[in-house]
Amino acid sequence: MLTKPRPIRLKGRSFLALSLAPELPFEDWLAGLDDLAARSAGFFLRRPVVLDVDGLDIDKAELRKLVDDLSQRNVRVMGIEGARPSLLGADMPPAMSDGRPASDFEPPTESEADEAQDAPAVETIAAAGPAAAQPTASLVVTEPVRSGQSLFFPEGDVTIVGSVASGAEVVAGGSIHVYGTLRGRALAGTTGNGAARIFCRKLEAELIAIDGFYLTAEDMEPDLRGRAVQVWLESNGLKTGILG
Amino acid sequence: MGKVIVVTSGKGGVGKTTSSAALGAALAQNGEKVVVVDFDVGLRNLDLVMGAERRVVYDLVNVIQGEAKLTQALIRDKRVETLYLLPASQTRDKDNLTSEGVEKVIAALKKAFDWVICDSPAGIERGATLAMRHADVAIVVTNPEVSSVRDSDRIIGLLDSKTLKAENGERMEKHLLLTRYDPTRAERGDMLKVDDVLEILSIPLLGIIPESMDVLRASNLGAPVTLADEGSAPARAYFDAVRRLKGEALPVTVPGEKRGFFGKFFGRKAA
Repeated sequence: MLTKPRPIRLKGRSFLALSLAPELPFEDWLAGLDDLAARSAGFFLRRPVVLDVDGLDIDKAELRKLVDDLSQRNVRVMGIEGARPSLLGADMPPAMSDGRPASDFEPPTESEADEAQDAPAVETIAAAGPAAAQPTASLVVTEPVRSGQSLFFPEGDVTIVGSVASGAEVVAGGSIHVYGTLRGRALAGTTGNGAARIFCRKLEAELIAIDGFYLTAEDMEPDLRGRAVQVWLESNGLKTGILG
Repeated sequence: MGKVIVVTSGKGGVGKTTSSAALGAALAQNGEKVVVVDFDVGLRNLDLVMGAERRVVYDLVNVIQGEAKLTQALIRDKRVETLYLLPASQTRDKDNLTSEGVEKVIAALKKAFDWVICDSPAGIERGATLAMRHADVAIVVTNPEVSSVRDSDRIIGLLDSKTLKAENGERMEKHLLLTRYDPTRAERGDMLKVDDVLEILSIPLLGIIPESMDVLRASNLGAPVTLADEGSAPARAYFDAVRRLKGEALPVTVPGEKRGFFGKFFGRKAA
């Protein structure tokens, strides 16, 4: 018996895997793969590969043969994506789901092949996106945001009951509401939320931005200065409007 | 137990040292036991403004490093019996100030004096943060112009985050002292208005000190303005500020608007 039972540690981790999408007929596609492998030896060596069979009309035997053919070519399939559950037996690689697209992976040219062989096999990718079903988080600040202070709230909306000083910065994943004078910087929708808006009772801002689109004080319409203003994003850039 | 006040601003040249000396002297003239501590190690000035530069033997750094006793370093003012000065070192640099050392000195001063006034150096580095760290009350000295106001805003942010009080979850009491206020320039609109400064900084106003040759003259004499010329406009403004600091509800008059106010008052009476 264990005197000190230690908890089993389970950790989530995401890796970048290559996704191979074979085409019918497999003979021709495998010939093309052989051609690529001949030009760059070891391209698939040590790389985790996910087989994407989405939309292919194949049966269990054909899929098993494809996996065997690939393993003969030193392509180790870590999982299969887009296959019906009935196609996958217990001796087959497991089903993969919820993959997120990444940038295309170019097959290396001959000169790069050696380098590619030495490159690390896996890369971590960015954390998963925000969960869709959760209500928007919000932060309420009842004090002025002072010069030099940076308020960072990527989870959602920020409401400030007070002013944002010149030289201060508010960064929010959602919208920003300032019940006071906005003199510093306000950056809304920074996690890619183009629907975020900025509201303030008095606009004297140094910079406003939504989802990466920004306006500096110089670019703002002069008649907006000192007014209650809202800012939102349209396809062709930031729009501003006077409130009330 | 005495009260520890830090006089700070962020920006240099706004009147921290002048105000520290004047407020310290004004409090002492009211019979309170006061020590003014110069934290501007390496660029000390307070001894000059208080006319004690020829009597400095030991300084704050000596005390912190255990080379001198606190009583040896304290200099008693020749004009007001209850006013003392703890000078800064001119030859050492700010790295000689340690957090523990400052804490010890402040704790010892708090026991012996009613008011401990810490004259902070400009900037937001070590000297300034150590000067404000143990304070109970902060006096933010600001000139009515944009760069000074912005720096003061930054300092208020630090007062709310980097001081012992803030770290213990308490609120630091902060007061705004508007200095070098020039009524003629204000009339021309060359300066920020008092209301604008108050709106931006949103802390209570302790007083408005008018720009005056009396201040410069007093500094050159080596006397706080409240000692050099008690009847001058800046001296009276400092005396009023001290009364407010002690909790008196005294309305603040904006220099230059006084006449306007009385004019209106009499005008209304006549009508």
